[in-house]
Amino acid sequence: MHSETKGPVATEIEARLTAALSPARLAVINDSAKHRGHTGDDGSGESHFTVEIESAAFAGQNRVQRQRMVNQALGDMMRDTVHAMAIKARAPGE
Amino acid sequence: MSDDAQARIDELVKANHVLLFMKGTPLFPQCGFSSRAISILDHLGADYETVDVLQDQGIRQGIKEYSDWPTIPQLYVNGEFVGGSDIMMEMYEAGELHTLFAGKGAAQAG
Repeated sequence: MHSETKGPVATEIEARLTAALSPARLAVINDSAKHRGHTGDDGSGESHFTVEIESAAFAGQNRVQRQRMVNQALGDMMRDTVHAMAIKARAPGE
Repeated sequence: MSDDAQARIDELVKANHVLLFMKGTPLFPQCGFSSRAISILDHLGADYETVDVLQDQGIRQGIKEYSDWPTIPQLYVNGEFVGGSDIMMEMYEAGELHTLFAGKGAAQAG
């Protein structure tokens, strides 16, 4: 929605997911404004995200496995940088 | 990792048919994702227990290692890890969560 004002965290999320999962479709949506002043708002404006990702790598993988693949691709970002992330992972054709 | 925390988590997971590790309590969830998980469980009329990880640092860290899952909430049914709030929502929308509770709940009745 505001891709032209994408911050460094969103850009890094996109880069890591693209490198690891070669997505056919990828949207990294910054929800942080909705959580301003709540727990986990670190003032960066990049603490809460929704990721919608479609990748052939998810075919034959169950929901838990798909999220593990996303979490693995993001690595230390999930622990250190991102407070909250909603993940929607699909294989093509689903 | 504390072995004590792992043992306590294992005990909790095995002792409760439907167990949600969450931040806060069902009445006062301290995080949007935990709040959403509770809404889903309540909507399905599930008979569940919760553990507030904010009250116990050992469990808060340990639960992430127990299931190799980096986030909270986490749902366990019949001792098995089901997923976090995104997976709960997807399973709810697909009618799968209802089946999971109904099927296994019936088997446990009595």
